[in-house]
Parts: sequence; structure tokens; C-alpha cells
Amino acid sequence: MKSIVLSTKKRDYTTLLVFAVIVFTAPLWGKIIGAGYPDLLQKFAIFGLFAIGYNILFGLTGYLSFGHAAFLGVGSYVTVWSFKLLTMNAIPAVLLAIVFSGVFALLIGFLSLRRSGIYFSILTLAFAQMSYNLAYSVLTPITNGETGLRVLTSDPRVVDTALGYTIEGSPLATLFGTTLTGYPGFYFCAVVLVLGFWLSLKIFRSPFGMKLVAIKTNQTRMEYTGFNHRPYLLCAFVISGMYAGLAGGLLAVVDPLAGAERMQWTASGEVVLMTILGGVGTLFGPIIGAATIKYFENIFSGIGDTALAEIFSFLPDAVSNLLITIISPFVGSGWHLTLGILFMLIIIFLPGGMSQGFQKIADKIKQKNKKSSTSEVKLEKDGIA
Amino acid sequence: MEAVLLQVLNGLDKGGAYALIALGLTLVFGTLGVVNFAHGALFMLGAFVAVSVQKILTISSKVRDESVTFFEAYKETPYLEIWWGDTGRAIIDYSVPISLLIAIPIMLLIGLLMERGLIKYFYKREHADQILVTFGLAIVIQEIIKANFGANPIPQAAPEIVAGSADIGSLFGFEGIVYPWWRMMYLLFSLSIIGGVFAFLHFTTFGMVVRAGMHDRETVGLLGINIQRRFTIVFGIAAVVAGLAGVMYTPILPPDYHMGMDFLVLSFVVVVVGGMGSLGGAVAAGFLLGILQSFSSMTEVKAVIPGIDQIIIYLIAVVILLFRPRGLLGKD
Repeated sequence: MKSIVLSTKKRDYTTLLVFAVIVFTAPLWGKIIGAGYPDLLQKFAIFGLFAIGYNILFGLTGYLSFGHAAFLGVGSYVTVWSFKLLTMNAIPAVLLAIVFSGVFALLIGFLSLRRSGIYFSILTLAFAQMSYNLAYSVLTPITNGETGLRVLTSDPRVVDTALGYTIEGSPLATLFGTTLTGYPGFYFCAVVLVLGFWLSLKIFRSPFGMKLVAIKTNQTRMEYTGFNHRPYLLCAFVISGMYAGLAGGLLAVVDPLAGAERMQWTASGEVVLMTILGGVGTLFGPIIGAATIKYFENIFSGIGDTALAEIFSFLPDAVSNLLITIISPFVGSGWHLTLGILFMLIIIFLPGGMSQGFQKIADKIKQKNKKSSTSEVKLEKDGIA
Repeated sequence: MEAVLLQVLNGLDKGGAYALIALGLTLVFGTLGVVNFAHGALFMLGAFVAVSVQKILTISSKVRDESVTFFEAYKETPYLEIWWGDTGRAIIDYSVPISLLIAIPIMLLIGLLMERGLIKYFYKREHADQILVTFGLAIVIQEIIKANFGANPIPQAAPEIVAGSADIGSLFGFEGIVYPWWRMMYLLFSLSIIGGVFAFLHFTTFGMVVRAGMHDRETVGLLGINIQRRFTIVFGIAAVVAGLAGVMYTPILPPDYHMGMDFLVLSFVVVVVGGMGSLGGAVAAGFLLGILQSFSSMTEVKAVIPGIDQIIIYLIAVVILLFRPRGLLGKD
């Protein structure tokens, strides 16, 4: 909470600037760590956005929602429908996704926030599972069930037709003429990510954000001071739902299809993992967590036994074979195992996530310097005495 | 009338499974105060004990098939059958009941290990932390199973003597109520396990101490009783109950690695509907929701409210939580 009090406008702008530079140069530094291709970078940005939004609810208020994937799914469906009915332009599609998921979140949040703690978690879980099950079964006319919703060349697209745009080949999302695949797609997501980050920074620094943190710290005391916490909680819930809808919309922008599996509760679990892994309630934590998980998902799940053999080919055969047998269950299709273990270790030893880890290391270094400097001072004082 | 009865019966066995898992969850929550998201994984582990036992019993060797004469044909014959003939075949046939016996010590051990190795350190942490760490554990267990047994469901057979269905309707003068024997076994089994757990808690000194500890842990501790050790054992018992529920469920639903997660979400809903910490509530809600689920999948009901079968359990949970937040039988 120190950061909220101590921050200044100037520092915030520097933070934002640094963040923007890091995001926009991602294709450059991504190459070094083997992530320099748009598909993966898009995922970093989209899930980073999802986690930032989730963090506004879970990080600030401490309400653990297990149903945020539902908003992601709604965002995706709305975006695809906008592509089908209105236009292939991404801007109205994404705006519509935010609006619809916001309304959906308002509805679910209004009901779920009547309870707190584990009951809140179960309520959100129940709502998300209902949405998932319905999307798979009865709502098939809207969601296209198991096959998933796709954009077709034959769709009406009222606005595009009125303006005289025609589509050749498979329909892809555009931004006033630029097709949003590959790097243009990534930069579109990146701009949205920076905007989203800026908003989250503003919320963290605002009185509204302070109130959310106060609710997390001691809800009873807030109530006793005559403070009605419900509108604030609901507001946080809706904002985070809108972030999730936006992320879902972007998923559909870079790849115009939507499926119900995006709404399953394990997908909600994934965003919780990201937020926790990076650091709950911190500004950068969720983005770091999202990028880490997506990076390892991509790298680890791509490593098969043959790739492992190549990596260890410089070692003697016996050693490399041994290493391969030890490591192979953790990579390739088994990368979820690595994720689960990593996640458990983080919760057990570092409940504040990777951010807390960095902080601890930084503090240790500082302390060491301080210790040496204070001891010098002491010596001087002793000398004077 | 017949249709209604049939749906009640159909719901009872699934309700039995819900009740057994929810019972364990509630026991753990009531004693240790821990929300265990890995409880579904214990159910799944039980099912995979049955799979392993069946695999071990049917380790086979290739034997020349004498019935084929015009070329050399081989068939896989389990060693048990080679050594003991019909007795061996009978043992293989009874692999699920045998697994029940084997699962008890295994699940007890797993439960105790889990409690001492992980859960112990999370008594004082927030519920959110408990949920998350056990969720992580559930993922790990699930992935280990997936790596060893593959991702596809592995069907298990019930013993041949109870493999068919019973026309139990004719006993009571109804027509067309046919019910698989194994499901009936499952119902009886779950009822007896539930009865056993309740009897254990109410009629033994150990159970009395545990109940006292659930009420007021501190006072029991001040009386010089090592309540912690008893709670650990209760966790082991909950693991055994979940495991046995899993073993018995294998002939009904071929086990795969994510069955635990599927059941976990529903069981949590059951626990909440019954009232967190209320054992009777968990059992009642388990059966109730099982039956309601089976009713809502009737064509007549689905015609009135489409999709109701998919959401009924969650819908009830939402209604209960909003209007009776302590659950059906929960106390304040």
C-alpha cells in the first residue's frame, strides 16, 4: 500500500512510458527469448489484459471470482457476431464486446456480491458453469455449440455492404483497411494493453482504488464507519468483467472464431493462476504472470523428446538419457504438470507471487548495502565517543 | 408414476456419489477448516486404483490358441487364468470389489500424506489460499494420472453376476422399471458408507471427541486431547470415502483423468446447498440434487424449459445461496 501513498504523477507517467516502450519493443526482445512471433506476443497482450482486469477485482478487493472466463466468452461471441452482422472493423466489435460483457457482469455481480468469501467464489463459479453449459446446448443458435462460431464470407455485414466494402478470401478483422493479423494484430492488442494498463494505474492511484483496498483490509470496519461498500465492489466487478470481455473480443479479433470452451471454469482458473503467479494486487504482476504462463505453455509444450535429445546432445549419452527421462514428463504435453507444481510452490512460499520475489531480492540487496553503511556510521560514532 | 419412480432411481446413484464426495469435503471443512479443492482428485485416484488393480490382475502372456488349427494363432491369456483356471477368471471378474479392499489402505495413506505434507501448513491461511493451493495439487495429480494412464476413459466391468439389470418394478406392481444391478449396489453402498461414517462419529469415543473438536477445538485441546492427530485421521477417512466412491463408480462411468474436476465442482455446489460444515446437509443435498438433475433431463421437462438439465444444479445453488446463505441444514 506504500506505493499508493508515495506515488507522484511524474512517477506514474514514467511507469507508463517504460511500460509502453517495453510492450512496443516486444518483437525485438521477444526474439532473444524465442518469443518473437506475433501469435505468441498477441497472447501475451490479450491475457495480460485479462489478468490486469481480474487483478482489479481480486487484487484490490480480495474477492476470489472463479467465473471470469464467462465474460471472456461473452466478449468473444459478441465480437464474432459484430463481424458477422455489422462490419469487419475491429473497433465497433471490441466496443460492443466491452458493453455486453459489462452488462453481463453487472447482472452476475449484482447477485454474486450479496455474499462474500467462499460463497462468492461458488456463486461466480455456478454462473460461469451455467453460461458454459448453456452455450454448449440450448444457445446453439447463438453460439453454434461445439463447432464454435465462425465468420463466413456469406454473412450480411450490413455496414460493410452499405459502404461498399467487399471481402475476398476468408474474412479477417480489419482496422480501416489494415488486416489485423500478424504484427498489425499484435500492435492493435498492444495499444489496447497500454490503454488498459493506464486505466488500471489510474484506478490504483484513485480514491476509488483506495476504497477497494480498504474493503479488502477490513470490511467490517468500513461498514461501521457508515460506508456502503456494495456499489464500489460492484463497480470493481463490472470493470474487471469489461476487461475480460475486451480480452475475449481481442481473441476473436486476431482469430475470428469463438468457442464455448473459453468459458469453462478451468479457463477461469487459468486467469487466477496468472494473477497469483505474477503477484496479486500489484500493477505489473498480472502481466508478468500472464506472459510467463503463455511463454512456458508455448515453449514447454513444444519440446518433445527429440528436442530434448538435441538440447543435451553435448553431454555423454548416459547422462543425457538420464536427463531426458527425468525431464520429459514435465515438458511437451506434460507442461501442465510443471505449471501445477510451480503454482503450488508460489502459493506455499511466495503468496505475493513473482513480484514479491523480486521485491524480496531487492530488499535483501538494499539491506546489505544499508548494513554496511550503518555499521560504518556506528564506527564513526564510536570513534567520536 | 412409473416415469417419476424411474427418474428418482436414476438420480439416486449419482446423488450417492455426490453425497459421498460432499460428505468428505464437509468433514474436512468442519474439522480442519480447510476448503479442499483436491478432493475431487481423491475420487479420481480411487477410480484409478480400480484401473490399476484390473491391469495388474490381467497381466497376460501369449498362449497358442488351440481352437484354431489351420494356422498358428495366439491369444492373450491372463496369468491368473493360466495358473488357476476358473478361480483365476473369477478373481478377474471381481476386480472392482477387490479394488475396494485394496483402495482402503492406499487412500488412507494418500490422505494422511496429503494432510501432513501440505494441508497442515494451510490451517491459518485464508480460504482463497487454501482453494488455490489445493487447486494446484489437483492439477498435479490429474497430470500425473494423465501421463501414466493416457487421456482416454478406461472402461471397467462390474462382476458378471451384477452386470445386468433388474426388473424391480415388477416387485411392487409397476411395469417397465428396469434398473441396473450395479447402480442399486452403488446406492446401497453409498448409504452404508454414509451410515458407517455417521455411526463412527456418533457411537465411538473417537467420533465423540472429533465432534467436540468441531464445536470448540480450543477447549478440547485444553482438556489435554491431541485433537490435531484425530483431525488428521479424519482427513484420511474423508480420503478413503472419496476413494471408495471413485472405485465403485468405475463400472458406471469409465474413469478418465478429469472426472475428479467434473465431480468436484458439482460436489462443492452440493456442499454449499447443504450448508458448509453440516454433514447431514451435505448428504441430503447430494441425493436431492442427484434426483433433481435426473428429473430435469426428462424430455417432458426439457420441452417446457429448454436446457434446464444443464443448469439445474447451479440454478438451485444460486437460489439457495441468495435466499438461504447458510444452506439447507446449515447453522449460523
